[in-house]
Amino acid sequence: MLREITLGQYYQTDSVLHRLDPRVKIVGTLVFIASLFIANSPLGYGVAAVFLAVMIKLSHVPFQFIIRGMKAIFMLLIITMLFNLLLTPGEEVFHLWRLSVTKEGIRLALMMGIRLVFLVIGSSLMTLTTTPNNLTDGLEKLMGPLKVLHVPVHEIAMMMAIALRFIPILLEETDKIMKAQIARGARFDTGGIIDKARAMVPLLVPLFISAFRRAGDLAMAMEARCYHGGEGRTKMHPLAYEKRDALAYLLLALYLAVMILSRFVPVGGML
Amino acid sequence: MWDSPYCHLTGIDMSIILDHVNYIYDKDTAFERHALKDVNLQLQDGEFIGLIGHTGSGKSTLVQLLNGLLKPSAGAVYFDGADISDDDFDLKNLRASVGLVFQYPEHQLFETDVFQDVCFGPKNLGLSKKDAELRAFQALKQVGLKEEYFYQSPFDLSGGEKRRVAIAGVLAMQPKVLVLDEPTAGLDPKGREDILNMIAQLHKELHNTIVLVSHSMEDVADYVERIIVMNKGEVLYDAAPQEVFTHVEELEAVHLAVPEVTYIMRDLARAGIKVRTDVTTVEEAVEEILACYGR
Ligand SMILES: Nc1ncnc2c1ncn2[C@@H]1O[C@H](COP(=O)(O)OP(=O)(O)OP(=O)(O)O)[C@@H](O)[C@H]1O
Ligand SMILES: [Mg+2]
Repeated sequence: MLREITLGQYYQTDSVLHRLDPRVKIVGTLVFIASLFIANSPLGYGVAAVFLAVMIKLSHVPFQFIIRGMKAIFMLLIITMLFNLLLTPGEEVFHLWRLSVTKEGIRLALMMGIRLVFLVIGSSLMTLTTTPNNLTDGLEKLMGPLKVLHVPVHEIAMMMAIALRFIPILLEETDKIMKAQIARGARFDTGGIIDKARAMVPLLVPLFISAFRRAGDLAMAMEARCYHGGEGRTKMHPLAYEKRDALAYLLLALYLAVMILSRFVPVGGML
Repeated sequence: MWDSPYCHLTGIDMSIILDHVNYIYDKDTAFERHALKDVNLQLQDGEFIGLIGHTGSGKSTLVQLLNGLLKPSAGAVYFDGADISDDDFDLKNLRASVGLVFQYPEHQLFETDVFQDVCFGPKNLGLSKKDAELRAFQALKQVGLKEEYFYQSPFDLSGGEKRRVAIAGVLAMQPKVLVLDEPTAGLDPKGREDILNMIAQLHKELHNTIVLVSHSMEDVADYVERIIVMNKGEVLYDAAPQEVFTHVEELEAVHLAVPEVTYIMRDLARAGIKVRTDVTTVEEAVEEILACYGR
C-alpha cells in the first residue's frame, strides 16, 4: 500500500538521460526550476512545457509512472491554487459567497499550479533517471569547492545516500509492522484524532526501534570495513564527463537563454 | 464465475478454503510480481499443517491471505463459507479466529512490559481488562516463559524469549487457527526445538488448526500430519509427510531437502537392504531397521 509513493524513486531502464553524468542532471534540474520562475508569459511556460515533454520522452520512463508520483502533492496543489484564486485582490470577475474571484487571482493560481506541477515532474525526472549512488556522487563533486570553506561535503553526501537508501526499507518495515499489529486486532483507521494518535504507538515504537537497530548495524558494518570519512577516499567509478554531457550543458544554456529572452517578447501579451 | 471444485462444500463447518487464488504484488507497474498462481487448498479444523517452500515461493503471501491482510487478486478465499473479499465480510471476526504470527514477530513488541504487550491482542478484541489479563497469563504460561520475566521490558529479553512473548501475544487472542510464519528463523538448534515442541504441545492440548511455515523439512517432519510444498507461487505437493518425502529428486530440484533419515533409508534400500523408504523420523527409522533384522 505504501509502495505507491514513487516520489524520489529510481526507475530502472536505459535511456540517454539515464546515461548522462549526474552532475549534468542536477545542474539541469536547478536550471529548469530557475527557469520556471523566470518565465512570466504563456510563451515562457510553453517553452518550458516543450522542454519537459522532450525530456520525458527521452527518459523512457512511462508517463503514467511519473504521474503516479504526483498523487503525493495533489492536495498541496489544490490548496495552493485555491488560496491564490480566492485571496488575490484585483479586478473582480465573479463573486463566490463573500469571496471574489479576480482576474489577477486566476492568473496567479494558474501560474502557481503550472510551476508546482512542472517543478515536481522536473525533479522527479532527475531521481527517476539517476541511481541514489550516482546522485550523491554528483552532489559531492558539485559541492567539492565548498570544502575550502570547511563545509563537510562528503559527510553531507553520505548522509543523503543513506537517507535515500533507507526510505524504501523503512516504508517496507512500516508496512510489515502495520500488518502484524492489524493481525493482533489493532485498528489504524477508526476513532477520533486522539484514538488515532494512540493507535500509532504500536506502530511507531517498533518502527523507531528498528530504525535505530538498522542504523547501529550499518555503522558497525561501515566501521568493520574501515570507513573513516571522505579523507583520501577513492571511487570505483569516478565521475567523468563525456561528449554527450558537454552537448547537454550546451542545450541547457540554450534553453536558459530562450527562457530569459521570452520575458522580453510580447507574444500573447502579459497574460 | 469460477468453476470451483469446492462450491458444493461452502457453508459446511470447515475453516478455510482457497479457490483458484492468485496474488499479484504491484499490479500494472514495473515491479509487478505474480506471487501466487492458481492455489487451491482446503484447511480442515484441527489439522496440523506444514507449509514449506524455498525463499520467495509465496509462503508469507499465502498466510497473509488466510487472515484477510491481503485479498486475492483473482479467485476467492472462504472462511467458514463466507468470501473474505465480500464488502460485508466480518474481517474483525476473521482476525480473531485466525491468529497470524509473522516472521520475526519480536520486531512488533512495543509495550513497557511483557505482560502489557501480550494483553494488546485480547484488549483489541474488546475483552474486559480482567479477561484480557487472564488470557495473557495463560498464554505466557503456554509458551513457557518464566514468571520473573512477565513484568520486565520486552526489549531486555533474549531473542528466543522475545519470540515466545510475541507468539503469546497472538495465542492470547485464542484463535481457532494459528498460523506461524517461520517461528524458528534465526534461532539456535536448541531454541528451534524448544519452540517446535511448544507448538506441538499446544496442538495436543487445544486441538486447534496450526499452519507451520518453514524452509526446512527436517523442522516440520516430526510434527505435522500434512505438508504443503510451494514452488514459485504454486502448490507442488499437498499430502502426508511420508508421501511427500518419496519425491526426493523433485524436492531437490526446487531447493528443498528431505530429512536426513529419509536419505539414509533410501541408500540402505539401494544397497539391497529391504527397508521402507517413506520413513521421516529417526525413531521410525530405528524401528524399521531393527524390524528388518528380525528384532
Ligand atoms: N510487499 C511486497 N511487495 C512486493 N512484492 C512482494 C512483497 N512481499 C513479497 N513480494 C514478492 O512476492 C514473492 C513471494 O514472497 P513471499 O514473501 O510470499 O515468499 P516466502 O515464501 O515467504 O519467502 P521467505 O522464505 O524468504 O520468507 C517474492 O518474489 C517477493 O519478492
Ligand atoms: Mg516469508
